[in-house]
Amino acid sequence: MPYEPIIVLAPLAAAFIAGLFQKQIGDRAAMAITTGSVAIAFMLSLYVFAELTWFGGAPRLIELFPFIDVGGFTSTWSVRIDTLSAVMLVVVTSVSFLVHLYSVGYMAEDPHRARFFAYLSFFTFSMLALVTANDFLQMFFGWEGVGVASYLLIGFWFDKRSANDAAIKAFVTNRVGDFGFALGIMAAFFCYGSIRFDDVFHAAAQSPGMMIGLDGFQVRAVEAISVLLFIGAMGKSAQFFLHVWLPDAMEGPTPVSALIHAATMVTAGVFMVCRCSELFELAPYAAGMVTIIGAVTAFFAATVGMAQNDIKRVVAYSTCSQLGYMFFAAGVGAYGVAMFHLFTHAFFKALLFLGAGSVIHGLHHEQDMRNMGGVRKPMPTTYAMMVIGTLALIGFGVPGVFGFAGFYSKDAAIEAAYAAGEAGRIGGELAFWAGVIAALLTSFYSWRLIFMTFEGEYRGTAHDAHAHDDHAHAAAPAGHHADHHDAEGAAPAHESPWVMLAPLLVLATGAVFAGFAFAPYFIGESADTFWRGALHIAHGEHHHPPAWVVWAPLAVTVLGFVLAVFIYLLNQGLGARIAAATKPLHAFLAHKWYFDELYDAVFVKGARALGDLFWKGGDQRVIDGLGPDGVSAAARFSSRQLRRAQTGYVYHYGFLMLVAAIGFGGYAIWVGMQGGAP
Amino acid sequence: MIALDQPFLWNVHWAAPELILAGFALGAVVIGAWGKDKAAGFLSGLGAIAFATAGVLAFLWSPELPQYLFNGALVVDGFSGLAKAMLGLSAAATLLIGADYFAATRQARFEFPIMTGLAALGMFVMVSANDLITLYVGLELQSLAAYVMAAWRRDDVRSSEAGIKYFVLGAIASGLLLFGASYIYGFTGSVRFDAIAAAAPTSEVGLLFGLVLVICALAFKMSAAPFHMWTPDVYEGAPTPVTAFFAAAPKLAAIALLARVLYAPFDGLTEQWRQVIFALSALSMTIGSIAALMQTNLKRLMAYSSVANVGFALMALAAGGQQGAATAIVYMAIYLPTTIGIFALVLALRRGGLHVETIDDLAGLGARHPFAAALFTILLFSIAGIPPLAGFFGKLIVFRAAVDAGAVWLAVVGAICAVIAAAYYLRVLSAIWFKPPAEPVQQAGGAALATAAVASALIFPILVIGLGTLERWATLAASTSF
Repeated sequence: MPYEPIIVLAPLAAAFIAGLFQKQIGDRAAMAITTGSVAIAFMLSLYVFAELTWFGGAPRLIELFPFIDVGGFTSTWSVRIDTLSAVMLVVVTSVSFLVHLYSVGYMAEDPHRARFFAYLSFFTFSMLALVTANDFLQMFFGWEGVGVASYLLIGFWFDKRSANDAAIKAFVTNRVGDFGFALGIMAAFFCYGSIRFDDVFHAAAQSPGMMIGLDGFQVRAVEAISVLLFIGAMGKSAQFFLHVWLPDAMEGPTPVSALIHAATMVTAGVFMVCRCSELFELAPYAAGMVTIIGAVTAFFAATVGMAQNDIKRVVAYSTCSQLGYMFFAAGVGAYGVAMFHLFTHAFFKALLFLGAGSVIHGLHHEQDMRNMGGVRKPMPTTYAMMVIGTLALIGFGVPGVFGFAGFYSKDAAIEAAYAAGEAGRIGGELAFWAGVIAALLTSFYSWRLIFMTFEGEYRGTAHDAHAHDDHAHAAAPAGHHADHHDAEGAAPAHESPWVMLAPLLVLATGAVFAGFAFAPYFIGESADTFWRGALHIAHGEHHHPPAWVVWAPLAVTVLGFVLAVFIYLLNQGLGARIAAATKPLHAFLAHKWYFDELYDAVFVKGARALGDLFWKGGDQRVIDGLGPDGVSAAARFSSRQLRRAQTGYVYHYGFLMLVAAIGFGGYAIWVGMQGGAP
Repeated sequence: MIALDQPFLWNVHWAAPELILAGFALGAVVIGAWGKDKAAGFLSGLGAIAFATAGVLAFLWSPELPQYLFNGALVVDGFSGLAKAMLGLSAAATLLIGADYFAATRQARFEFPIMTGLAALGMFVMVSANDLITLYVGLELQSLAAYVMAAWRRDDVRSSEAGIKYFVLGAIASGLLLFGASYIYGFTGSVRFDAIAAAAPTSEVGLLFGLVLVICALAFKMSAAPFHMWTPDVYEGAPTPVTAFFAAAPKLAAIALLARVLYAPFDGLTEQWRQVIFALSALSMTIGSIAALMQTNLKRLMAYSSVANVGFALMALAAGGQQGAATAIVYMAIYLPTTIGIFALVLALRRGGLHVETIDDLAGLGARHPFAAALFTILLFSIAGIPPLAGFFGKLIVFRAAVDAGAVWLAVVGAICAVIAAAYYLRVLSAIWFKPPAEPVQQAGGAALATAAVASALIFPILVIGLGTLERWATLAASTSF
């Protein structure tokens, strides 16, 4: 009996139990069961990863049972274990386990904890089903499963209007991407007759020149499929044009943001591109699109991040931007780098989110950084963790010596982009410059966040803090803030309980050492033996980029730090003055490049106009318009006529039978006379 | 070819399922003569076991190559095995869901399992028929038993009416059948299907005319429009377990028989008979869907629903060849548990001591008996063709068969009819879930409810997962038989 399916199925069973029997077993048992199941999954995932990496375990495939088997279309529930899925297993289960643990503290006062934990576990199951898929359909199943879980968790506080709106926005935006993904799967099946990854990759490599399209309009099949798949990835991973849902998704509880909207679900797109690396390598234009979209996202999200005041939105845009790094790394063919950045990012971004959650929790659900300040003294541990997360995010480190996790992966992405630009890959040079500029901006807005939140004097009021406390369920334990009132200038905050801090410490360890420890495996000299064909690794001569390329990220990072120190630490209020002086630019950034307004004007209003057209024109005029009450009246009328024909008299029935027999018989005679032509 | 010089009883062991049924019917007469109506319960149980055994045996023990019995009068092959399995299980389910009803209405008489057994035997003979005489004998054996079953409640005027109507109209249909068969015999010189095929039928006027009349008679048996007029009246009048029986097994038997008549002997005339089947299919789907819209009686509603579903099965048959036969069988394999499950639920529910009859009787079921309501929901959604339930896949493969046969227009008609039909299935569901209950519904009849639960489990997820396997079986069976 293979043990690997337990990793996937344990969270499902826990979600099932906690979701359906929460009344019977109570909140505590529900939390224990879900957290325990994810802990089991985590342990087994670690074992799988270690076995593959160090103990010589072989990649393998466990097929559970057929899912769909109709007319040549087959899909099998399976657990595919190779390095790629093992990395994702570790990322997903570790972050999920820590988030479960953290939520025990964060959601301590929520009356619907059992539901929350059931959703979390369901999400974990879906994500694991996604990463262990062996064909596109199971991947799509997991893809939709995490979408549903994300929807449910963003709208977890369903009595809040904005949370519901955000949940619907996330779901609808993802539909756009999922539509592309579904088309990509169908196109793959249409062209290659299978949806199993290996079959598709093999077939694509066999006939790279295959064309697809309508009569006049022909494109290479592998390009079309790759582009469609990438559109799916754009939706799920919040890339430029389809990014609008991610910042709004911060309406969900903070642990959700950490798990789903930072570490795991949003990286599913990157995972998918890496899983399909064999396809993208055959499709230079699709790969170029990945690079360009990724580069633009990295830059765009970083600019917007500078002008946000909600602490979680800053981190959300930072996530968006980092996902852009991963995509352009994948786009230029450095799939190992993309996966490595995904891996390290999971640690430090989950750390940042959970740290932000700790701050929010400590300040009674205050999220606006303008009302913060001076939080360092009451929350020293959280402060230290956030600084570590920030250092990892901005990729601080000295080349050749040591650096935080982000240093290894991010710099590798930038260098790969440079090398690709030199080699003439589409978008390589753009990605390099976007990466460098975004690194500057990242450093700036990250330190801005730290300084606005933790340094200076407290800008909110203790009693105001309660006014923001709109979730009665999340009220902190009574009497705690009296302890801090006497501290001059410090915020009336309280440090979070150990059950919330412990996950931070674990993640911080990862944020410091994950890059240093794993760089040789993911992107270094052991990469070939580490990946073992799970993704495409470029084999060319390995030439080192020039020194200025290697040092550029560190230089801009330090520059961003200095700017942030100057504006937000030394000259309090300068930030607001700069914003006032550059009003149009600031408004442009604060309004996120006016994407929401644009989409509202084009899609929301457009869809409503179209709906009006169909409703008033199509439904009312045409369907209801044919006669009184139109089509439905016609159906009812014919139904009544048929009922009247049903007289109940045997001779009527017999008569009709004979008439019909004569009719058909007459037809037969007529056909016979024609010489057999019907 | 069949060697006529074999002894008459050569190969008779292949008829074991039929012999089991006949043995049960004869033995039950003797037991009943001694035990009178007190034996009804025992005989029902015994009958259910015998029918299920016969069916499963026919399937598991079906020969790889067609085997001919009684000098070629019967043929046993994979196709008949698959059909018999479904027939046997349906007949067994009828006895299970009916036991409680007959006990409650004091109608439990020992003849009922015997009649069911004879009808089942008739149907087994039908699906194995290899000449026109066997066809007629099987059909009449099934029909005569069915007439009696329809009139089971002798003291009830509607039941008696149902029986006499069914009998008179059935007699007309039998007349058409014999008339048509005489033409076929006259123009080919044989009644055996393989000999008819060997006679290489051309589009002789007389031969076509005979074939069309045979099709008409079979259309009556499966209640395809415009030969469906008896269906609502008989379904409404007959006792509900009998209605459940009529709605399920005989349709499959008639469809399978039609496949046998059309495919092997009249392969050369496919283009000609296909038009007739198209017409029957389109009419059945349209009339079955539209006429049911205004029905308030559940049994009449299901009658029209069965007409529409036969239309879909005919659409598959029209595709012709192995794909047609396999698709029709798979469609019926999904239709049978659905319809039996719905009738089982109707039988399991009572209001004020009486069995539910109308849609309004089900009002408020969702609040009172969520389990039964959930089963209703699964079954009705399935028969309405909503994914991911089995009914959806049934319709899907039928449409595919129609499109492959070049009849895109028929698939379009079918899709429109499916939409219209969804309206009345949903009306039942809206009563179940959204209407306030006037008078509480009681749940009774554990066996019926259990049968409904098994049927629902078949619809989702067993048949959905097993659809590929079922299709393979059906295709394999069809490929050895046609």
